[in-house]
Parts: sequence; C-alpha cells; structure tokens
Amino acid sequence: MKKVFSRPKSLKNTAFHYCAGCGHSITHRLICDAIDQLGIRGITIGVPPAGCAVLAYNYFDVDMLEAPHGRGCAVATGIKRTLPDRVVFSYQGDGDLAAIGTAETFHAANRGDNITVIFINNAVYGMTGGQMAPTTLLGMTSTTSPPGRSATLDGHPIRMSEVLAGLDGVRYIERCAVNTPRNILRAGRAIRKAFQYQMDGVGFTMIEVLSQCPTNWKMTPAESCRWIDEVMTKTFPVGVIKDTGKGGTHAD
Amino acid sequence: MDKILISGNWVCGEAAIRAGCRFYAGYPITPQNELTEYMAEHMRRVEGGTFIQAESEIAAINMVLGASAAGARAMTSSSSPGISLKQEGISALAADELPAVIVNMMRGGPGLGNILPSQGDYFQATRGGGHGDYRTIVLAPSSVQELADLTMDAFDLADAYRNPVMILGDGMTGQMMEPVVFGKPRPRRYSEKYVLKGCGEGKSRFVRGLILDALRMEEHNWKLARKYSVIAQKEVRFETFRTGNAKLVIIAYGIAARIAKGAINRLRDSGYRVGLIRPITLWPFPAQIIRDTAERIGNFLVFEMSAGQMLEDVKLALEGRARVSFYGRPGGVVPTPAELAKAIVQEYQR
Ligand SMILES: Cc1ncc(C[n+]2csc(CCOP(=O)(O)OP(=O)(O)O)c2C)c(N)n1
Ligand code: SF4
Repeated sequence: MKKVFSRPKSLKNTAFHYCAGCGHSITHRLICDAIDQLGIRGITIGVPPAGCAVLAYNYFDVDMLEAPHGRGCAVATGIKRTLPDRVVFSYQGDGDLAAIGTAETFHAANRGDNITVIFINNAVYGMTGGQMAPTTLLGMTSTTSPPGRSATLDGHPIRMSEVLAGLDGVRYIERCAVNTPRNILRAGRAIRKAFQYQMDGVGFTMIEVLSQCPTNWKMTPAESCRWIDEVMTKTFPVGVIKDTGKGGTHAD
Repeated sequence: MDKILISGNWVCGEAAIRAGCRFYAGYPITPQNELTEYMAEHMRRVEGGTFIQAESEIAAINMVLGASAAGARAMTSSSSPGISLKQEGISALAADELPAVIVNMMRGGPGLGNILPSQGDYFQATRGGGHGDYRTIVLAPSSVQELADLTMDAFDLADAYRNPVMILGDGMTGQMMEPVVFGKPRPRRYSEKYVLKGCGEGKSRFVRGLILDALRMEEHNWKLARKYSVIAQKEVRFETFRTGNAKLVIIAYGIAARIAKGAINRLRDSGYRVGLIRPITLWPFPAQIIRDTAERIGNFLVFEMSAGQMLEDVKLALEGRARVSFYGRPGGVVPTPAELAKAIVQEYQR
C-alpha cells in the first residue's frame, strides 16, 4: 500500500498543547513539511513568539531562539546577519506582529532582511484570553471590546500584509488560510515558496495565515472554519499580495 | 606600541572591534552618537562585521540577542533613556545566558533629562534594571584609556559567564579625548556548543527564557544565582588612591573619581590626609575593601554625580562601622575639583 500521509521529519513526535481545531498546529505541520521538502532542517533557525505558539520550540525539530513579545523580526535579523547562509524564520501572532512588534516588523521588512515571517492572524490575542487584537474585525466582540470593535473607539483592523507590501524591501507576501483542505495545501505551497525565496537571497518574505481560534471565537472548530470563509476573508482577502521574486508566479 | 589621541566614544568602538566584536546595532542618542557612527564606519573594515542602525533601542538589543545566540561577539550602546528601553532585552539575555556588551554613556535624567554627563543610572545598572532575578556585570571606566581596556575585558567577561556586561560611562568620558594605547586582543574562548547555528545532522536545540513550571523556573533562578555569587567572588575590581595614612576616604566611581583625584591632590598638598576608593566594578560591588578600610578609617565621603545612589551600597558595605557623608551634583552638573575640595574640607574638619 502506498503511504500518502505521515508526520513530517522536522516535526517532533509530541502532542500539541493547542486547543482542538486551532490553526497553529496545522501551520506548524505545513512549515515542517516545507522544511522537509527543501531539505533544510539542519540549516534552519526558528524564532517563536510570546503568544499561544510560545512553546513552538517543543514541536519544531530545528534550532530555535525565543524572542521577547513582538521582537521576532529584530531577533531574526540578528541571527540572519550573523549567519547569512541559514534559513531564518520568525513565527508570530497578530498581537505580537501587528501591535507590540509593529516597528520591528515594519523595519525588518523595509530593510529587506532576508528572513521569512509566518504571521498567524486569528484576530485575537489568544494566549492572554481573547482580548482585542489590531486585526479584530469591526463589530467582533472580544474580552476588551465587549460591545464589539468600534472604528471610532478602537480603530480599524490593520491589514499588515497590505501595509508591508507597500515597502520596497518586501519581495513576497501571500495571505493564506488553514480552514479547508484546499487552503491548507495552498498555504503549504506558499510557505515553501517563501523559504525558497529566502534561500535564493531574494529578501523579506511573509506568509499571513488566517487561523481559526475556536476557543476565543467561542465557536466549534467547524464553525470557525466556516467563519473564516464567510466573515474573515471579507476584511482579509486571501491571495498573493505581492510577489517580486524570480518569476513572480502564483504559489499555485 | 602606538599611542593615539582619541575620544572615549571612538575608543570604545575601536576596542570592541579589536576585541572581536562583529555585530553592532544601535540607535542614535546624545552623548554617545560618535560610537554608533564609529561602528558604522569601521565595522565594514572587518570580515563578517555587521552594523545596523536599528529603528529603536528595543530593536537594537533584540538584534544583539539574535546575533549573540548565533555566535557573534555583539554589542549595543546608548545613553540613559535608551538604556531604559534596552532593559527588556538585557533581562532576556540574562535569562538565556547569552553574552553581550551594552554601553551606557549616562546623561541627566530622569525622563528625557538633558544630554549632560551624569551618574543617575547607577540603580538601574546595578540592580538588574529589567525584570526578574538577574544581575548584570557593570564596569565603570574613569579615563579614555580605561574605557579601551574595560571594553576589551567586557567581551571576555560576557563570554566567560555568558551574561550581559554593561560599561557604565557618562557623557564626559564618552566625549573627552585622551592618549590611548590599545591592549593586545585575546583569542576568544567561547565554546561552539553554545552557538545556535542550525542543528546540521544532529539534535535540534532551543534557547528560551520561558519556563512555565515553577520548580524548574526556580531551579533556573538558583543556577543563575550561583553564577552571580561566583562572579561576586572572582571579579571585583577597584583602585585605591592615597589611602595610606588617610583620615578621610572618598568613594567615587567613573568621572566623579577623576574629579575626586584632582581634589585629593590639592588637599594633600595643603596637608589634608584624604584618599580615594574607586570601584571599577559597580556590580559586583567592592564591599570588602570598604569594610577593611573602615577598620582603620572612621570617615567616608561618597561623591557621585547623582542625588546619592552608590551611597546605599557603601552604607550596606559599612554596616554602620564608620561615618559616611555624601556630596552629589545630579542632573548633568559636573563639579570642579576645587568645589569638591571645599566639600571635603568641611567634612574633614567635622
Ligand atoms: C512585553 C509583554 N507584554 C505582554 C505580554 C503578554 N502576552 C503574551 S502573549 C500576548 C498576545 C498574544 O497574542 P497573539 O500575538 O495574537 O498570539 P496568539 O496567542 O493569538 O497566538 C500577550 C499580550 C508579554 N508576554 N510580554
Ligand atoms: S486560544 Fe486560540 S490560538 Fe490559542 S491555542 Fe487555543 S485556539 Fe489556538
């Protein structure tokens, strides 16, 4: 019988601590698949965030250096400039990347640092209990926007991918989702492409992943997956936001 | 060996490069800009040298965190308000047991303060500054030559203990020019096993400060504490100056000690028996020499360009064994040796 599905080699054989239906675990797998496919486990260094993925080093079987909350891109820059021939990625949530770490992200992108950012957008601060994030949708309730996010009180959701795409140092950004088999396959290809670009020395790459957080969205996993298609993608449309790498082809 | 005339900020950069510093990230702030500028110019001179003008002090120290973990001798520099921002990263470096050198050319504070020489960051430097149970080795140069020497030493100490080391200077030490002879660079002794560079064919590793389990976190804290007590035993540095037959001993560090020496020389010429103890390491603090000196001498005067911070460590060292008074000028005021001499005479005659 032909084996069509197995645990990626660069994913440790450990049970995830994530909630059932959470997008983090799926994305971890996709990153490990990409690492395996490109054969870069030995030269990859990951930077996990503060956030639900704070324990990411327990899962990725590559060298990892934890960053203080929001500083993933600065830490990754320090590693990459010291070891330019390694593949360096930071893994960051929306609170991490788009609030406390906005400046670090923006400037690493603007410098065109040759790193890859995996940006998990679940529209909330997951780890700290479901507070409003910079990406929380208008009208969406959270523990710190109980009546629903209001544009006048709380500002608008920030589309980081579109914001960063405007910077000349950025070579490739794609927004993906991990809510359906088709989207998951597509996200995997995008991550692999971003790593490939980094290996080619192209510059800053980022993959935004719309990622379900059933716990804080107060939905079942199935409802969360539907909600991404029906609601979240209206504010955060999936697709290639920018691609100036070699060929400029779509990840598909 | 060649003697050159050079400013403190430049010498710090040059000594760092000679000591093998290959990664520098900084953000402009007066009065240490010449150091950042020196690194921008001279880092490219050496193979594998990286200079980054970071977008903030927070970014700079976190770049240093990454570079240090990846095996580079790494440094950042700033002045008081910028060091406040770096404290997050310094705490992380201490937690991760990563070496790094952080230069603080102090200026008047609190808040934005001014850009004049001050010693107002003693508490912040010696108490950890960032959160958590940790220590930073703090070196306080009082001349441009010593700044050169201590900068080179700082990298060795950082490596030896895998801990952040701070050079605590001030706007004046940074900007004055003096003749300097550079010491010989020493080969780096730092085990490859601590370097995170991709696992190759081997086992992957991680470096983290997050330890959720209380007992394991406690264990990590005790491990750090044991390291700090070794440092406290082995790395204390100080200078004594004309304490021989002294009746009154000044305790001052950095540029204040320089001023104190001027005052003491004058007073000795007029027959006053005064001397100086100058802490070179502010942490670990040279408490023992102060205690020992108190066996013979009953009168101490602490002189700082602050409202009195090291004063607390001196009192802790003395444990009431001797009289201690204080003379200070906070906020960026640099007193002259003549002014200090007056204050000393007053105390002397009491
Ligand atoms: C300096 C600092 N401020 C606040 C926190 C607390 N904190 C931990 S994770 C987090 C937010 C995480 O949200 P996000 O980045 O969206 O990731 P998620 O948990 O949703 O995956 C916060 C605020 C911290 N660890 N450090
Ligand atoms: S709180 Fe949300 S983001 Fe965090 S693990 Fe649970 S589902 Fe995932």
